[in-house]
Amino acid sequence: MSPTLTDTSPVFADPNDGVAIMESRGASVAETYGIPLAVLLELTHRCPLQCGYCSNPVEMERSSNELTTVEWKRVLTELAEIGVLQVHFSGGEPSVRKDLVELIQHATDVGLYSNLITSAVLLTRDRLTAMADAGLCHIQISFQGNEPELANRVAGFKGHSKKLEVAGWARELGLPLTVNAVMHRQNLHQLPGIIDMAVSLDADRIEVANVQYYGWALKNRAALMPTLQQIEEMTATVEAAQARLHGILDIDFVVPDYYALRPKKCMGGWGRQFFNITPSGKILPCHAAETITGLEFDSVRSNHSIAWIWQNSEALNLYRGTGWMPEPCKGCAFKEQDFGGCRCQAFALTGNAGNTDPACSFSPRHEEIFKTAEQEAATGTNRYIYRNFAGGTLEPEPVDGL
Amino acid sequence: MTEPGAPLAPAARRRMVVAETSVPMLARGVRLRFDDSRQRWVLLVPERVIAPDEIAVEILQLCDGQRSVATMIDQLAIAYAAPREEIAADVVAMMQDLAHSGFLIQAKETNP
Repeated sequence: MSPTLTDTSPVFADPNDGVAIMESRGASVAETYGIPLAVLLELTHRCPLQCGYCSNPVEMERSSNELTTVEWKRVLTELAEIGVLQVHFSGGEPSVRKDLVELIQHATDVGLYSNLITSAVLLTRDRLTAMADAGLCHIQISFQGNEPELANRVAGFKGHSKKLEVAGWARELGLPLTVNAVMHRQNLHQLPGIIDMAVSLDADRIEVANVQYYGWALKNRAALMPTLQQIEEMTATVEAAQARLHGILDIDFVVPDYYALRPKKCMGGWGRQFFNITPSGKILPCHAAETITGLEFDSVRSNHSIAWIWQNSEALNLYRGTGWMPEPCKGCAFKEQDFGGCRCQAFALTGNAGNTDPACSFSPRHEEIFKTAEQEAATGTNRYIYRNFAGGTLEPEPVDGL
Repeated sequence: MTEPGAPLAPAARRRMVVAETSVPMLARGVRLRFDDSRQRWVLLVPERVIAPDEIAVEILQLCDGQRSVATMIDQLAIAYAAPREEIAADVVAMMQDLAHSGFLIQAKETNP
C-alpha cells in the first residue's frame, strides 16, 4: 500500500486529472468540460486601495450594477448544486460589501469551502470573528511591501500597519493565513523582507506573484516592469527560501512571462477548469477577460443556468481546446501543454486575442516584447497611475527617498 | 526541522513532526468530504483541492485527534495484511507531507 495525494488545484493542475465530465445539455460547439472545482467571486470593484497593478478592468463596475445579496446567495446555492467545491470571495475589496458575513454563512450552509481574498484594511476584529464564526475557511491578505512607507505608496493608501494587525487577529482566531505579495520593479528589493514578514506573521503560505500585465497593470507597465537582473535575483531568493523554509512556509511562485521563452498555461487553458463571476454577474474564463473588447459574456442574471453558460457561452467556447489556433500554435508540439498562452495578453500586445501569446518565443512578436520590457524596466517612469473610478490619477512628483 | 540560525518561525512551533506517538487531526480550514458530483473523496485546503486515493482517505478518516499514529498503523497492517514496517513508513511519509503544510496538526502528545 502506498497512499497518494494528488493536487487537483484548479489553476495549476493538469486538466486531464480525472475530474468527471459533465453531461452535455444542448448542442455545444466545443467539447464539454467538467464544472470547475473552484470559482472566483468578485463581489465588487470598489476598493480603498489604488494599486497600479490591479487586474480589474480599467472600466470598473459601479456599485449600482452589483449583484444583490439575494442574487449572490442564489449563485452560491447553484454553484454548490452543480459541483463547485470552493469559492474565493474577492473584488475589488470584498469586505466593502456589508453583506459579506451573510454571504460567507450562506456558502457554509450550502457546503462550499470559502476563501477570503482581501486587502484587510477595512476589517475590524469583531467582523473577522463573525466571518470565522460564519465558517470562513481561510484568509489571504495582500501586502505591497514589508516596510510601511513603500507599501503605502504602492497602495496609494496608508494601510500597511492595519494589515499586520489583521494578520495577527487571523492567527488568534486559528484561520489559515496566506500572505499575497505582488512583486514588481519598485518593491522587488523587499522580497527577502516580505518572506521574513510572512514567517513572523505565522502565515502558512505566501504567494509571490509577479505582476501580470492586464487592466490597470498594463496602463502602469512602465512603472512596474522589473529588470532581467531583478527576475534572476528573485528566482534565486525564492528557491533558497523554499529550501530553507520547507515545513514552515509554503511558497507559491508566479513567474513573470515577458522574459520567458514559453508562455504560461493561463488559467489552465481558456474555459477549461476555472471561471469567475464579476460584480454584475458575468461569467468570465478569467478575471482579466473583460479587457478583451468585443466579447459578450453571459450573466447569471440571464435566463440561463450557470451550468448552461459554462457549457454553451459563445465567449467561453471561442478559445476552448486547440481548434481555434492559428500558426505557429496549430502545428506546435506544446499546444496541449500551454494552449497558446494567455488570450488577454495576446489581445493586449497584438490587438487580437486569437494570436499566439507574445510571451512565447515562437511568436513573431516575441523579440519586440522582450525589448519593450527591457527598455521600460531601464527607463520607465516610477510614477504610478492610481486605480480609481475616475479612470486613474497620476501619482504626485516622487517624494525624496522612495 | 529548523536549522540553527533560521528566523524565529511561529509556524515551526505548531508544525507536527510525525512520529508513532503523534495524535494527528485535521487543522482548521482542512475538510475531508465526499464529492457527490464527481463521486470521490476530496481534501479541501486553502485555495486547493487535493484528491486522496482510497488508502489515503482511510488514513485521513483515522486522524480524529484521539488515535495515535501507532494505533493507526496497527489497524492498517491488519486490514491490508502487510508488513508493519512498510505500512509505517508510507503512513508517516504521507502525514508528514500534510503536516509540513500545516494541514495535519498534533492533537496531543501521548506519554512515551
